[in-house]
Amino acid sequence: MPLVEAGREPRGAPAAAVDVTTGRAYWKKTSGLMWTVLALWFFASFVVHAFAPAINHIHILGFPLGFYMAAQGSLVIFVVGLFWFARRQNQIDEEFGVQED
Amino acid sequence: MSASTQGAKDPFIASLGKIYAGYTGGFAVFVVLLAILEQMGVPDRIIGYLFVFLTIGVYAYIGIISRTAAVAEYYVAGRRVPALYNGMATGSDWMSAASFIGMAGSLYALGYGGLAFILGWTGGYMLVAILLAPYLRKFGQYTVPDFLGARYGGNVARLIGVVVLLTASFVYVVAQIVGVGIITQRFLDVSFTVAVFLGLAGILVCSMLGGMRAVTWTQVAQYIILIIAYLIPAILMSAKISGVPVPQLMYGFALERIEGLENTFRAAGMTPPPGVTGFHTTPFADARGNFSWPVAVNFFALVFCLMLGTAALPHILMRYFTTPSVREARQSVAWSLFFIFLLYFTAPAYAAFAKVEIYQNIIGQPIAALPEWIKNWQIISPYGTPWVNIVDANGDGILQWGEFRIHPDVVVLATPEIAGMPYVIAGLVAAGGLAAALSTADGLLLALANALSHDVYYKMIDRHAPTQRRLVISRVLLLVVAVLAAWTAGNMGADILFLVAWAFSIAAAGLFAALVMGVWYKKTTNIAAALGMAVGYVVTFGYLLHTEFFGLDFIQLFGSKDAILAAARQAAAIATAPEELKAEAAALIANAATLKDGALSFIGNAIMPTDSVVLRGRVVGRLWGINNISGAIFGVPISFLVIYLVSKITPAPSQAMQDFIDDIRIPRGSVRLVDRQEAVE
Repeated sequence: MPLVEAGREPRGAPAAAVDVTTGRAYWKKTSGLMWTVLALWFFASFVVHAFAPAINHIHILGFPLGFYMAAQGSLVIFVVGLFWFARRQNQIDEEFGVQED
Repeated sequence: MSASTQGAKDPFIASLGKIYAGYTGGFAVFVVLLAILEQMGVPDRIIGYLFVFLTIGVYAYIGIISRTAAVAEYYVAGRRVPALYNGMATGSDWMSAASFIGMAGSLYALGYGGLAFILGWTGGYMLVAILLAPYLRKFGQYTVPDFLGARYGGNVARLIGVVVLLTASFVYVVAQIVGVGIITQRFLDVSFTVAVFLGLAGILVCSMLGGMRAVTWTQVAQYIILIIAYLIPAILMSAKISGVPVPQLMYGFALERIEGLENTFRAAGMTPPPGVTGFHTTPFADARGNFSWPVAVNFFALVFCLMLGTAALPHILMRYFTTPSVREARQSVAWSLFFIFLLYFTAPAYAAFAKVEIYQNIIGQPIAALPEWIKNWQIISPYGTPWVNIVDANGDGILQWGEFRIHPDVVVLATPEIAGMPYVIAGLVAAGGLAAALSTADGLLLALANALSHDVYYKMIDRHAPTQRRLVISRVLLLVVAVLAAWTAGNMGADILFLVAWAFSIAAAGLFAALVMGVWYKKTTNIAAALGMAVGYVVTFGYLLHTEFFGLDFIQLFGSKDAILAAARQAAAIATAPEELKAEAAALIANAATLKDGALSFIGNAIMPTDSVVLRGRVVGRLWGINNISGAIFGVPISFLVIYLVSKITPAPSQAMQDFIDDIRIPRGSVRLVDRQEAVE
């Protein structure tokens, strides 16, 4: 027997939800955000730690700075960065009117 | 928006907050009760039993009340899990025995080097959020191979996806079962093999009955237990050592003390035990504490592989199929990372405090007068040595730095006892470790069984199989895979962290490029993706197997004659090596004068000569100095390159497929299914 997912049955035609120009502009902006966050990711994952030996002699509350960045600093950047990304992407969705109803 | 509106409609979702608050309160009362019982003189063993059996009982109860026979409930929990709770469930799905039991232990052993795991296992979520999760959610199928099959036109891509998934998840689930085995062995006092099968029963109760729905709500419960169990001992240790109960802030001082003690030990002419760094906070240090290029390269290679593996592991990606909307899928990734972060930024503190305790209070003591807890952990591990191994190498009766050998996988479990906390805390930590291992094993087994039942059986063998039969088959397969994994774990236990890192490299090399290109590069063709996945998988998995199990052979192919001779000497010196390997090594050494460079040695020489190291009782080969746990560093770029180049020379995908990709890029509209009828069936 076919089990239909509640609330997920086909609604209307499967045609594109927005027109082509809006879709293209939306994707451009979304890609831009993707590259921004990707750059942030690359910076926090690799670039900072390449300098770990150089900044490790700076001690804050006992933490050598290089050690601290790998143990906590980058993690904070990841978490804050992701919440920021989710918010920013929602704004873009709403700007182009492509958010879910 | 969708959370509140859907929540208002659904009384169960609306009352989740109350349910889990009550549950957390109940757990706190339970811990306090056990603490009182301990004070009244109830033996430690009973406390251990109560912790293990009662928590497993609760998970089983949740599994039983959320049992289901509906396909959408079984595969994607009805797609109504709010972002916050899906974040918690992903957190415990994610944090396995490797995170809970293994990671702080590795940080204890490796110091800065261990931070590669901390970075690698958090940063990958950025890739999940920006590159994959929202689009896979919009696509709206049940499994990751489903996506590959639909995007890349059929069963070839689907099958390769299934093969990668099976390999990675199986290696991963074996590691979890080893973790369950360690805990059960210690706290229930049974042999390792029996312990493994006991733990298995706990895993199966949840996933068998209710599929994704049961696993989701159990995982939320398991997250709550594991995070409490991880934070409390860290807080107590911080209060004890630094006077301030905020471990994440205060362990800087513990680090300073470790540096001081390391210098004192060195000044006294002592060396650290094998596998433990003598320079805890120094980045990229070799054994003498000097900067080393290979160490630095391996650090970054490992970070890279773990991050890309995060974004390719099917049991994680499929969690984002369960949210009510694309928007919530994105939000949910952020919550997942937040909940994971809570444990990960505590782990280095845990390791530092444990190290201070041991360096300050244990090293330098007379061996005859060592505290009681050491005896508890002198039980034999599956590697043939005791978990905590006291070796009086110089026979002076005093414990030197290098004579206290603790296996990294028991550092977390033993720390409460090391720090002299009440036994109830040790029991709590065991319950937390069990929750972590069980929750991940559940998610993995489900991913494995779903791939076999949904993708192989239903999509490839019998398209007309009735729902009931598909679910029965899924459950039977779950049982088969679980028993197989337990058998493997019981027979060849290996370091948890190492096994898990393998799983990440395999998943990253096989799936990451095809998944990302499928969404972000419209012109990716079917053949290109199938080839890319296959090549990435073969290169990386081949590298892992070849270097690990046939290291000497690998060196003879890729190494110079000096490297071959060095590897042969290493092999000959391993006491536990099999006879054939020793004979081969002896023959090589005897014919040293006539040795020739390996046929492919130019590949190694192009960057850094191929060499070998002795690890895990084997001669392990390394191309360009890359350890095999970072094998995806080869597979991922090759996979991307193959997909891109082959896409250029094969005919572009059909217009319908390109429109379909346009459609999954936009949140609006209902879930997009290539074959709509099929997926809602």
